[in-house]
Amino acid sequence: MSPLRRFVLVAVAILVVLVSAVAIWFATTPGPLAFAGGKKVALDAFTGAEPTGVPNDLLQASVEKRGEYLTRAADCLVCHTAPGGKQYAGGFAFKLPFGTLYSTNITPDKETGIGAYSDADFLNAMHRGVRRDGALLYPAMPFTSYTYVTDEDALAIKAYLFSLPPVKATPPANTLVFPFNQRWAMGVWSSFFNEGTRFEPVADKSPEWNRGAYLAEALAHCGECHTPRNLAFALDNRKKFAGALSAGWYAYNITSDKGTGVGDWRDDELFAYLATGHAAGRGTASGPMGEAVDHSLSKLAESDVRAMVTYLRSVPAESSRDLPPRVAVAAPASHKEGGGSGNLRGKRIFAGACASCHDWSGVSPITELATLTGARAVNDPGASNVVQVVLTGMQRPPGLVSMPSFGSIYSDAEIADLANYVTSRFGSKGSTLSEKDVAKLRKETAQ
Amino acid sequence: MQRDSASLDVTRRKLLQAAGAGSVLLAFHLPLRAAPAAGEAKPTFAPNAFIRIDESNKVTLVMPQVEMGQGIYTSVAMILAEELDADIAQVALEHAPPSDTLYGNPTFGIQVTGNSNSVRAFWTPLRNAGASARAMLVQAAAQQWKVDPASCSAAKSAVTHAATGRVLAYGALVRDASKLTPPATPQLKDPANFTVIGQPLKRFDTPDKVNGKVVYGIDVMLPGMKFATVALCPVFGGKVGHVDDSAAKQIPGVQKIVVLDDMVAVTGDHMWAAKKGLDALDITWNEGPNGNVSSAEIWADLRAASQKDGVVAKAEGDVAKFLGQGDRLDEAYELPFLAHATMEPLNCTVQLTKDSCEIWTGTQIMSRVQGTVAQLTGLPLDKVTVHNHLIGGGFGRRLEPDMVLTAVRVAQQLDGAPVKVVWTREQDIQHDVYRPVYRDTISASLANGKIQAWKYRVTGSAVIARWLPPAFQKGIDIDAIDGAADIAYDIPNLQIEYVRAEPPAVPTGFWRGVGPNNNVFATECFIDELAKKAGKDPVAFRRDMLGKTPRLKAALDLAAEKSGWGQALPARAGRGVSIQTAFGSFIATVVEAEVDEHGEVRLRRVTAAVDTGIAVNPDTVIAQIQGGLIFGLTAALYGEITIDKGRVQQSNFHDYRMLRIDEAPQIDVHLIKSGEAPGGIGEAGVTASSASLRNALYAATGVPLRRLPIDRAALAGKKNA
Amino acid sequence: MATLKINGESKVFEATEDTPLLWVLRDVLGLTGTKFGCGIAQCGACTVHVDGKPVRSCLLPVGGIGDRAITTIEGIGATPAGASVQKAWLDLEVIQCGYCQSGQIMAAAALLAATPHPDDADIDAAMAGNICRCGTYVRIRDAIKRAAAARAA
Ligand code: FES
Ligand code: FES
Repeated sequence: MSPLRRFVLVAVAILVVLVSAVAIWFATTPGPLAFAGGKKVALDAFTGAEPTGVPNDLLQASVEKRGEYLTRAADCLVCHTAPGGKQYAGGFAFKLPFGTLYSTNITPDKETGIGAYSDADFLNAMHRGVRRDGALLYPAMPFTSYTYVTDEDALAIKAYLFSLPPVKATPPANTLVFPFNQRWAMGVWSSFFNEGTRFEPVADKSPEWNRGAYLAEALAHCGECHTPRNLAFALDNRKKFAGALSAGWYAYNITSDKGTGVGDWRDDELFAYLATGHAAGRGTASGPMGEAVDHSLSKLAESDVRAMVTYLRSVPAESSRDLPPRVAVAAPASHKEGGGSGNLRGKRIFAGACASCHDWSGVSPITELATLTGARAVNDPGASNVVQVVLTGMQRPPGLVSMPSFGSIYSDAEIADLANYVTSRFGSKGSTLSEKDVAKLRKETAQ
Repeated sequence: MQRDSASLDVTRRKLLQAAGAGSVLLAFHLPLRAAPAAGEAKPTFAPNAFIRIDESNKVTLVMPQVEMGQGIYTSVAMILAEELDADIAQVALEHAPPSDTLYGNPTFGIQVTGNSNSVRAFWTPLRNAGASARAMLVQAAAQQWKVDPASCSAAKSAVTHAATGRVLAYGALVRDASKLTPPATPQLKDPANFTVIGQPLKRFDTPDKVNGKVVYGIDVMLPGMKFATVALCPVFGGKVGHVDDSAAKQIPGVQKIVVLDDMVAVTGDHMWAAKKGLDALDITWNEGPNGNVSSAEIWADLRAASQKDGVVAKAEGDVAKFLGQGDRLDEAYELPFLAHATMEPLNCTVQLTKDSCEIWTGTQIMSRVQGTVAQLTGLPLDKVTVHNHLIGGGFGRRLEPDMVLTAVRVAQQLDGAPVKVVWTREQDIQHDVYRPVYRDTISASLANGKIQAWKYRVTGSAVIARWLPPAFQKGIDIDAIDGAADIAYDIPNLQIEYVRAEPPAVPTGFWRGVGPNNNVFATECFIDELAKKAGKDPVAFRRDMLGKTPRLKAALDLAAEKSGWGQALPARAGRGVSIQTAFGSFIATVVEAEVDEHGEVRLRRVTAAVDTGIAVNPDTVIAQIQGGLIFGLTAALYGEITIDKGRVQQSNFHDYRMLRIDEAPQIDVHLIKSGEAPGGIGEAGVTASSASLRNALYAATGVPLRRLPIDRAALAGKKNA
Repeated sequence: MATLKINGESKVFEATEDTPLLWVLRDVLGLTGTKFGCGIAQCGACTVHVDGKPVRSCLLPVGGIGDRAITTIEGIGATPAGASVQKAWLDLEVIQCGYCQSGQIMAAAALLAATPHPDDADIDAAMAGNICRCGTYVRIRDAIKRAAAARAA
């Protein structure tokens, strides 16, 4: 055997071992409820109140009405609507490291929407990520979560969508680069990462917990943002809900970790945050979470949000090493004291554009919703969400809270300075973003 | 070789006067008709439209020009009071009613406040008005005392006969003076004897501005008034398609939803209700033909148009020949669309009944407002009353009547109750009448370190053609080229051209500093580049070519001295100079600025030397230069309105950036004493700002920016200028 | 019906809780000295004092004010800091169009009440939120210093 051949063989052998190891690692990725232990049972076998479907007061409602509720719970609207576009007509851009994906039209238009979908077609898309024409969907469509939605609920969603006016609209073509433009590869991906089963309650957990689990995992797909992803871009439930950066925003740790998660939040704080996007002293939801609140969580029955709180509480603590273990208290009232004072340009922008609402102390004189003190975003030394809010503002429903976007008048260097100032002044560990970091964040969210 | 330059010399001054001549200028040949006295039956001496004196010795001065912060009420009052010898501390001021005949601006022929010419245009008419009235009062006193009028003198609203010590207050002379014929040519004072003009007088309009008492148009309150706000189609020229008002109607305080063909308004019990109502409307717009207009397209068109030969506005010597000799340089300079963003958002209050219309607003064009409202409503002119107010910023925006017409159209849908229509800041910025985009191209050749030939072409909107059509003659917008034609330098061969290029869809209008803004910017930037080519210091280079403009040379010398021109500065800091004769004031400006590695600019200091002739109120002159500089620097650093998909992309101060106090430089204004007639000052500071800033940045970095606003990436060396 | 304490007087009015104080002041109570400039807390024209602190009334919902004392430009002259600011403003002829100046004066009065001897950095921090389109910044700075000096004297 020539040395070259031997080398090649050894290399191949190593590669095979590595690939199998990775494959096994992927194949044994735990499911979203694995952490809970306990015995999973079929839905029918669960003895408590039904964890799936709609809340009690909607049980008698028409299938479209039930579907509407579930569609909201699944938050289909935000991803399937382009900014300024018609609802559910698709075209929302997902900026991925390897190109841009556009969401599809899910209005009942026969040509450009899903009007021609049979029930089976629809379930195939929801559960398996397979389009009517057989093409495989990318997991920007959270079918690995929707796979847990019951047939009945999924078809109610379909019934609701089909009750909407059809819109003729074809989203722009995706711009993924090779090999990510190879849809067939998603089949391999799914075989690893899509459980492909419906929701199974955990027998020894309360009905409330199971309802929360169904809402959080199957419909609201919290993990899609809050759970870190592995190399194959699939959810890594070994670090369930431990926080992740996605599309330029940091979805923070929502495990029961006391310092970096929500372990030290009270139940009513969690409830308020989910239901309204705000909890006193905990900050205000913005970006994708703000949208999730406005279009989905705030529309849910109180009992459902409480169930989600119960479920969240049970997720084991996982601490985030990139976050400081505690959030800062209010900054001094005087601009001369407190963090960031050497950052003159950041301070100057804050003085002109921000201090009116947020105050030098971080406690807003105008509305609690604008209080920075206690917010995770300003206590994140990565400062991604601070940057995003500065860039794009916060347009929550009128009368609730709104912040203008400053992305067009300040340069990347200025916004970096501002974010560094804000996190130093109002957080427990300041950021050290550069102009380039901001440029990158800017790209990730541009629609 | 010598061309007949006289026939080609089209300057703003000459043409505007030609356009406004005839009927109107005659109005200033005293005597004028009496000023309409507001319901006073008492005997009153009203010798002309500007002055009224009653028996109680109350002197009322009527303000032909509107006060928008430029201090004109005080300056006009000072000029009148000076020649009238009225007690300036006791006069009462009154807004003039609409009337081109009585109050038309002598330069324009209509009642307009703009072009920094209030003092310039009214200088002589007001002095005549004051002097004439004084002569009549003196004559009345002399008749009573049976003495020679020449032996009497006037001061502090009273006539004195020094020989006998007799004194009569003006009020006591009202009856007799009214019977006299005004003198044909009243005797004006020798400026050396001025006691009011030239004194730093406290402004009359400011005391009520510190305590909230002043009433701007937006503050008008009438019994039973409703409040309204409007939305125009976001795409220029678009129309209302469909409006779903079901949600809006549910909002407490919402009164009425008014849907017109091109706009929607909501009235309510207060602005908040109206605004919430408007936000709650689901409006579908028909975008019309302009849905694809973009800045990129507009710039491409403008650049193409600037390649064409223009109409020659001025020609001297032989440009073609001398451009071909010596060292030649060609450059182009571009200015963006700008919004006015007056601090007081657009507004107008209207009460419209079957047979009358009352308007409360702050406008720079009183009579035009009255006329257009009469036209719109079909009412006779005398049934349209316009109550003008102090203005919270004009800057040229209130030279347009659109905000009044909008409000009247809303009122037409109501039942006669007064309605105050206030634009949100977003509407105000997205439906402005924008400062046009301009491209100025200049070619020059140098010989022996001086400019030998100079060819200057302005390409851009002809605002004049729309706004004052009679003044648009020979295809030349006199405003757009005025600052180029009026060049201060000694240049033997020169040619000034104008190419009219109107941007599609975007309405364009006057913006503080008007034409001279782009002319001075392009000229003074180019001069710096020529100086570099000639290997000369920018101040010295300019100085050598100012033989025919000694006042400007003196200003340049003073500015250079006071700014420390030539003294060392830290790395990436620089001084830049620009000079101008715009608006009849001779100004040299030096900006000192520094640039960091990101291209961020810090303004360190601005020094201006100003010869504006007789400064009526010197402190006001200084204030106007300070403010104008800030206004202009704001635009130079940050100002740009961009268009995408037929709509303006900026909407409020978060995306239309303003200079703030912590960015403002130290500003030193040095007035040069002069006995010349006053120049204009309200816009001169704006015009003075941008080239001097750009030249400072050029000195600091070597990067020759040729577009505004300044490009920070280019200054940082990340891309080409 | 709601009640607010404004310039030392109880004012009763009708408006929903979410209505920003600015519009209650201007349109309901007729206190038009407080100005509307942007509606998004970017210009400062609408600045009033709530318990002595400067607040942008264009975003402050009346429902959240409770019994805190409101002072507007119409009432600021009754406070020592306000009176000294007003005087300095006139002495140095700060004002041009004046539209921003209610807000400038309110911000400056709050600054002086809290910081009797402000330096340039204090002035920047307190005044940078107030835009003046007429560009009176240079004189605002000088007038604040003058008012501070006058109060110390
Ligand atoms: S109107 Fe409130 S800050 Fe501008
Ligand atoms: S004085 Fe006019 S905006 Fe400030």
